[in-house]
Amino acid sequence: MDDAVSLSTYLVPTLILGGVGLTFGLLIAVAHRFLKVWEDPRIVEVAEMLPGSNCGACGFAGCRAFAEGLVAEESQPAGCTQLSADDMEDVASFLGVAAGEAVQRVARLLCAGDASVAPQQAEYLGLATCAAAAAVAGGGKGCSWGCLGLADCEVSCDYDAIHMDPLGLPHVTPEKCTACNDCVEACPKDLFVIMPVDQKLIVQCRSALEGDLAEAICSVACTACGKCALDAAPGVIAMRGGLAVVDYDRNDLAGTEAIERCPTGAIAWVEGTQFTTPREPAGSAAG
Amino acid sequence: MFAGLTFRHGVHPPEHKELTAGIPIRRMPFPEEIVLPLSQHAGKPARPLVAPGDRVERGDLLAAFDGWISSPVHASAAGTVTAVDLAPHPDGSFSPAIHIAVERWSAQTPRERLVPEWEDLSPEEIVEAVRHAGVVGLGGAAFPTHVKLARPPDAEIDVVILNGCECEPYLTTDHRTMVEYPDRVWSGLRIMMRCLGVARALVGIERNKPDAIAALEERRPRDLDVSILPLTVKYPQGAEKMLIKAVLGREVPVGKLPLHCGVVVQNVASVATIAEVFETGLPLIERIMTVTGKGVRSPGNLIVPVGTRIRDVLDACGGLTEGAREIVLGGPMMGAAQPNLDAPVLKGTTGIVALTADEVRRRASHPCIRCGSCLDACPVFLDPQLLGRLAKAQRWDEMDGQHLGVCMLCGCCSYVCPSNIPLSQMFGMAKKALRSQRSTA
Repeated sequence: MDDAVSLSTYLVPTLILGGVGLTFGLLIAVAHRFLKVWEDPRIVEVAEMLPGSNCGACGFAGCRAFAEGLVAEESQPAGCTQLSADDMEDVASFLGVAAGEAVQRVARLLCAGDASVAPQQAEYLGLATCAAAAAVAGGGKGCSWGCLGLADCEVSCDYDAIHMDPLGLPHVTPEKCTACNDCVEACPKDLFVIMPVDQKLIVQCRSALEGDLAEAICSVACTACGKCALDAAPGVIAMRGGLAVVDYDRNDLAGTEAIERCPTGAIAWVEGTQFTTPREPAGSAAG
Repeated sequence: MFAGLTFRHGVHPPEHKELTAGIPIRRMPFPEEIVLPLSQHAGKPARPLVAPGDRVERGDLLAAFDGWISSPVHASAAGTVTAVDLAPHPDGSFSPAIHIAVERWSAQTPRERLVPEWEDLSPEEIVEAVRHAGVVGLGGAAFPTHVKLARPPDAEIDVVILNGCECEPYLTTDHRTMVEYPDRVWSGLRIMMRCLGVARALVGIERNKPDAIAALEERRPRDLDVSILPLTVKYPQGAEKMLIKAVLGREVPVGKLPLHCGVVVQNVASVATIAEVFETGLPLIERIMTVTGKGVRSPGNLIVPVGTRIRDVLDACGGLTEGAREIVLGGPMMGAAQPNLDAPVLKGTTGIVALTADEVRRRASHPCIRCGSCLDACPVFLDPQLLGRLAKAQRWDEMDGQHLGVCMLCGCCSYVCPSNIPLSQMFGMAKKALRSQRSTA
């Protein structure tokens, strides 16, 4: 047999492969040395302390980006709306920074027109989403600005913070709301706004109609009568476009006196949850 | 097999035109109040020129156009302006409108001739006159007509197509216009051809309107190069691009206008209106519309002052029957259900269809069985089944990539779907979502 196995049969490939491996290994070592991008090891650790749900309420493109922001001291731990006070303190002490002050923000609904006060004028039979209904001549609700009650917001909420009440109005649980903005984007009538909880004076209506016209389609509509603007401290409330508009730059002047004479209850002083006082059960309206 | 002129795909919904096809057009009495929204056309809303308390004669200018793609609003009856305020609009919103308390005892004579004679005008002056007369497309989209009459400097137009298909079920507005006002159709066409500098015209009419074809043929001007083409009955033949395919065999490229292949299409009612404003000297203040359906006591074809509330138009037809359940403005395929009968009819309202409970029963929607019916129905060769899946997942961008932009929401896919999937509605939503995405981006 002339094809006897010699030592070189093994040696040559081993040397070639080993040589190639060694060369590239050296290249990688050199690249690691000279092209290295240094990353603050704290970023990974901080990111792990964050909720990891990427809700976006902090204004960064997710929890990792927020962690980078924290380490770079572009933001404060309180910017995260989901961290508990303890967790926030942990992050703050880990980074050796102040936790910061952040007023809790929640989603508020600018409509109080449930089925008992703002009736449908036509029955909508199509695809059961607000967006679809809104595209068919407004959705059939008498008030063309009002909540359609088909729960696009409830579906959009990843935090179980929104639930529809039996009369078709979404209720937000402030403790669960992360202010992520998803409901704001989901609502085809633009009824949700993210507001700090200390902004308690809220006009729960978007109807541009005034007076009897407004009240005819919804008994809790803002009729633009202007009483709240008169009663509130000067400059807190302005009448604009058929609505009372609260100037939140003067929020510290706002008080409950503004809501006392409202004939429809469109302007409300909201502590915690919206729509807590159960409205008069409208008998046959529910169900 | 030669099946006659038509396009590929499409559907054959029951026509229901027999309810009104044989009924002559009649004028309805003036209502007590008229509501004229400032936005009745595609483009920017008109700017109001009147204030509450002003007395106006029929035909007076109430709101001026705002820009090139816009249209003015004129008083459709003599009376007093009571408010310039928000009013229900057929699109479901409340939008700015001029309210007029009509003097019903008035003779309704206009002040003077508001539109000049056209024979002595140059094409540019005709376009300007049509613009000031507030003429918009009467086929439904209400696109300002003067924009289509103005000859674009860089386009070669060789043929004008008149659209007399009226493929929507129930509607007989264009049908009656052709039967009763053939001279206006021809005279309007003459004006249009002069404006565009085009020597050749074709009229596409579906074969289910033999009397309209006969009436037009009888009055056809011998000096014009125009021929009437009877088309095989199919929906949506009245869609601009389908009609061009049917009568000329030309295909309008995706994202392009008919101009691109040398064609301008105009609806017969719009053309008759162009002739009418020059004939009577009055701007567009009234229109012919079909009021029909099993839900109306005495269906008919009416001349209705623009801005009349839907309720008043229905009353002029004997009112609704007991079983009436749904009111649709426009035809049942592309028209929109109306929640509010206090909304007015607009320049672009082709008809009012009142459907009864058994016609609008709700049918449960089931999962797609991939039967492919929608693919065979779609006149623009999209894949509604794929688009439907994407719409369900709200993957709007991918829908855009699947040429959702070509979809004209004709409703053929929804119509044929054995699973009752509301495809067309889903596509409408997707288009809306994409539009708002683009406007915020």
